Amino acid sequence: MIVDPVTLMVALITVATPVLLAAIGELVVEKAGVLNLGVEGMMIMGAVCGFVVAHHSGSAALGFAAGMAGGAALAMLFAVLTQLLMANQVASGLALTLFGLGLAALIGVGYGGLPLPTVYRPFPEALRDIPVAGPIVFSHSVLVYVALMLVAAVWVVLTRTRIGLVLRAVGENHDAAHALGYKVVRIRIAAILFGGACAGLGGAFLSVVRVQNWLEGMTAGAGWIALALVVFASWKPWRVLLGAWLFGGIAALQLRLQAAEVGVPVALLDASPYLITIIVLVIISSDRSRAALNAPAMLGRIFHTSG
Amino acid sequence: MKLLPKFLTSAALAVGLALPALAQDPFKVGFIYVGAVSDMGWTFTHDVGRLAVEEHFGDAVETVFLENVPEGADAERAISQMILGGADMIFTTSFGYGEATNAVAGQFPDVYFEHATGYMRDHPNVSNYSARFYEGRAVLGHIAGQMTESNIVGYIASYPIPEVIRGINSAFLHARAVNPDVEFRVVWAYTWFDPAIEADAAQALVDAGADVIMQHTDSTAPQTVARDAGIISFGQASDMIQFAPRPRVASIIDNWAPYYIRRVGEAMEGTWEQADTWEGMPTGKVLIGELSDAIPAEVRASAQAMIDALKAGTYHPFTGPINRQDGSVWLAEGEVADDGTLLGMNFYVEGITGEVPN
Repeated sequence: MIVDPVTLMVALITVATPVLLAAIGELVVEKAGVLNLGVEGMMIMGAVCGFVVAHHSGSAALGFAAGMAGGAALAMLFAVLTQLLMANQVASGLALTLFGLGLAALIGVGYGGLPLPTVYRPFPEALRDIPVAGPIVFSHSVLVYVALMLVAAVWVVLTRTRIGLVLRAVGENHDAAHALGYKVVRIRIAAILFGGACAGLGGAFLSVVRVQNWLEGMTAGAGWIALALVVFASWKPWRVLLGAWLFGGIAALQLRLQAAEVGVPVALLDASPYLITIIVLVIISSDRSRAALNAPAMLGRIFHTSG
Repeated sequence: MKLLPKFLTSAALAVGLALPALAQDPFKVGFIYVGAVSDMGWTFTHDVGRLAVEEHFGDAVETVFLENVPEGADAERAISQMILGGADMIFTTSFGYGEATNAVAGQFPDVYFEHATGYMRDHPNVSNYSARFYEGRAVLGHIAGQMTESNIVGYIASYPIPEVIRGINSAFLHARAVNPDVEFRVVWAYTWFDPAIEADAAQALVDAGADVIMQHTDSTAPQTVARDAGIISFGQASDMIQFAPRPRVASIIDNWAPYYIRRVGEAMEGTWEQADTWEGMPTGKVLIGELSDAIPAEVRASAQAMIDALKAGTYHPFTGPINRQDGSVWLAEGEVADDGTLLGMNFYVEGITGEVPN
């Protein structure tokens, strides 16, 4: 066997988790009709807050909570700008990324290389030692399972509950939702905060679990992949999971093919997540009715109560 | 049109007023960094050099720096902006800044430019400087070859440029010299600094059976992976001593400070001349960090002997007989590689099983 499929699966799940967390949060935000391009900024805030708190408190769980809080705090800024002050969402989102990168660098000065607590692994050693299934299913840190449960929870809430229905109504037609008496702005702020917390948690996973270090600019574009992933998944939670594993799988596989000295066009494989996203965009936009079914109709539109 | 003469007058006035003050103005030196100062690797060591310049010259010199400047067109803007902000001398500290540095140098003939690890000098005010990192790689290869038990050494490479290929060749030759069964597995990350990808690459190499990791990327992420996997690694660019005695058993340290102080001094005195400086261990531009206790005593002793020979300049890491990967003769018995071939090195030596990507 050129590439060991078991270690590939383990690596793929780890690689995919930060992006998966950020993307599932952004999916909820976009389902509420808000386009927040600041995912990268919220992720890096989560990474730095998570690292700093985990280091000082000696508790990875507190670090994750701080990561969520950091991401949500930055998201709150976006919510105030776009929902209360009616600022343009695209510009605000881009500004949020730049601001988040700078603020995180400032907070993180001097923290690089400091020790971290070990992260809780929910399954006992005995289960992890089972051949094949052990490493793939039971070897991960707690956040990996949280991310999977989150995908399931978002799917249930969006498709099976009243809250999900209201959220989607706000995203599809905010005037109608408003006319029915739903608080469009409040619902959107809640969605934005949820998205920020998820992105922050993804960032904290990166710094506390995957790299186990704080390094300036360490998200290195993961937030943008998360944004692409939401479009790739055509706003469906399970497809976000599939896409995250696909993107993560390509990244993990190309490194392993190189290590096994199989001649692969690395640059092409590296670019493939973006290429696939573009292809998916072309496909869904070629069919007007299907595109209309998937993209939230109010995505990026500003809501005025006057209608 | 009427405005123009008026503008010129006021500009002349401004220059006239500024002239007396100019004499006391500190000499301003700008640094363009590809990563963050906090990377604890490549950029960190350049910033150590910058701080040494500040300390050496005191109030006579002022330094500024810009982090995370992308290689390419963005760099041109960043450099120009720094000069418009008053910089008299610019150090661009990554290979990919070559074109940008030369483009800006043409527009500002009075500013001194120093481009690290590059080769382009289109204008008389551009110099190149680099270090013979391959000398240090020889020592690391010597240690790696003897410490590996799986006989697989994993190598995280950045971009397929001569500097990186040279390092792989040097490390491999010296690992093979002490261990005929050793193999190198090279993974190209196509980035200088991306902790997540560097960590993933290290994990991929561990999964492929490597029990020694060498890196030519800038972050400490591979060190963490090596620690968790219980294997050994080497510090890159900076000492990375926080990972000693294991996984980091030794390191290559870039020591830019003496060069920066010398060149800034020359520029201030007006004795600066265009140069292509390529120094290594003899002048202390490349240092080997402390050999940790995790290295067996006899290996430590032989590594120290190699360090001493390299420092004394009595040993060249590329001394024949060395064949190219395809089996053709590169260096005959006793022949030493010339700098021209080393600077343009785009081939692996015999014994490396992978291929240099295009």
